[in-house]
Amino acid sequence: MGNIGPIIVLALIAAGLVWLLLRALKGQEVDRRVIFAFILVSVAAPLLMPVTFKAKPTPIVRALFDAIDELPEGSRVLLSFDFDPPMSPEVQPMADVITRHVLAKKHQAICMTLWATGQAQFNITMNDVIKTDFPNLVEGVDWVNMGYKAGNEGVLNVIRTDFKKMFPTDANSIPFDSIPILRGVRSCGDFDLIISLGGGRPGLKEWVLFVGDPTGVPIGAGVAAVVAPQLYPYYPRQLVGLLGGVKGASEYESHFRDNYEQYRDMPTPAMVMMGPQTVAHIVIMAFIVIGNVLFFLARRKEGQS
Amino acid sequence: MKRTSLIVFAVVCLIFVLSWVLKAGTIDGDNAIQDAFLVTLASFLTLAIMSFMYKDNAYYKFAEHLFVGVSAAYWMCVGFWSTIVGNLVPRLSEGLSEAFGVPYLGGELDFGFLTLPYPLLYFIPIILGAFLLFRLVPKVGWLSRWPLAFIVGTFAGLNLVRYLRSDFMSQISSTFVPLLVDWHGFGHFFANFSLAADGQFVAMFSNLVIFLGVVCGLIYFFFSKEHTGLFGKASRVGIWILMITFGASFGYTVMGRISLLVGRLTFLFKDWLGIIS
Repeated sequence: MGNIGPIIVLALIAAGLVWLLLRALKGQEVDRRVIFAFILVSVAAPLLMPVTFKAKPTPIVRALFDAIDELPEGSRVLLSFDFDPPMSPEVQPMADVITRHVLAKKHQAICMTLWATGQAQFNITMNDVIKTDFPNLVEGVDWVNMGYKAGNEGVLNVIRTDFKKMFPTDANSIPFDSIPILRGVRSCGDFDLIISLGGGRPGLKEWVLFVGDPTGVPIGAGVAAVVAPQLYPYYPRQLVGLLGGVKGASEYESHFRDNYEQYRDMPTPAMVMMGPQTVAHIVIMAFIVIGNVLFFLARRKEGQS
Repeated sequence: MKRTSLIVFAVVCLIFVLSWVLKAGTIDGDNAIQDAFLVTLASFLTLAIMSFMYKDNAYYKFAEHLFVGVSAAYWMCVGFWSTIVGNLVPRLSEGLSEAFGVPYLGGELDFGFLTLPYPLLYFIPIILGAFLLFRLVPKVGWLSRWPLAFIVGTFAGLNLVRYLRSDFMSQISSTFVPLLVDWHGFGHFFANFSLAADGQFVAMFSNLVIFLGVVCGLIYFFFSKEHTGLFGKASRVGIWILMITFGASFGYTVMGRISLLVGRLTFLFKDWLGIIS
């Protein structure tokens, strides 16, 4: 009985699409606002009556999971929060689950951002993940927030050889040399893995170009869907793994939950988002089919006349 | 202003105040009234932007102009505090660093043949930065071309090397993939046949697609020979490869845009209305 709500909503959407098709077949135009309303309903309904799907990780997602999982305990992982609130619905779930994974494996997390807005996004992860799930971890010893540094590719070009030069203090103005977790860090070459979280510029591409390829440090990433197709060609030679959009994030969340029993009840925002995504995509595909049917009918009519 | 517009405006204001009061009642803490105001304002601005989908209106224009204005102001402040105070001041002067509350990073840059103290060196970006502003003064506007030339030259030099290595050489190297992966003969292949994403068949098929996709895609852009016969057929395959690539990009873009809508609706349902947990 619990599924009756979503079934009724899906039936109503399907009936609406059939009505649209019939209306279109009669030659009546469909107002664009009707299409907007359909998308709104198809996204809102699964949010109000959540439908979650178990996602199986694709090789590229599993590769990033394995890269973090197979590092020896205490490895240094650099996390770069290069995104802003508009990208947050897609990238924040990735940032949260990857940070949780890094800390659950007892790695050392060094966090930074190349985006001014990334600092606020890191604070969300810090409050929702680090301070909530790992209250015993000590800032400066187990994790550190180096904050934002202006300069885009220029920053990467410098930290490739001298990390301290660009980050002489952490975000709390504690000097670099007084931070225990940074002992032995001279350049990006001293990190065991770098993970870029973002989807704009500077972002993953700049990390690959300015740090990953010249130093040979493995780079993984979670990026917004819009840029993902341009970045897939870097896998597997220049990237160890990539999460593309909310689909990649949901696969990672699902795989992480399956492998870490203690986090079985953790929030899975990306998996929740896949419900609206699925319904909305089905509706969009239906619109494409209806549009094509009309196109070919119109062409046939033109041919007959 | 028309009478109808005034009535709509009054209704919107009334709903805003009602929402603010009701929201304040659900928030605990000392800043309940302020937090409730911010959540309500953000919700109304979201709805104002979304109202454009119905038709252009004054509420949408207000939200749009507010966004542009706030963004410009925000980025100007960020530019000052992160670039000038964050990067320049700590290397320029101990007194200024103290005044702005940032640690002084006195030092020197060793060129090998010449060592220059930071303060002396960092006067160069100050002068170039000032030159950029000369664009506003027509008589000395030409001076703004110097820092622009420096910026363009620096980034062209930096990117030329990086792109050549990562996006040209490495990408060409990545297309040289084996068509037979983990090959131990047909017997082994059929005995262990699997359609799993990490299986042998899928790996071989993927590599074949990369190989044919690159060759046919390049043939499509090769205009020195007429696209007829086998060459023409390969060119047609190239078009299909390109179309599938654009389709995949479009699909990902749709996914990204739907995610944005999900994010906004989640905010409205969860933070504002409180109807989902």
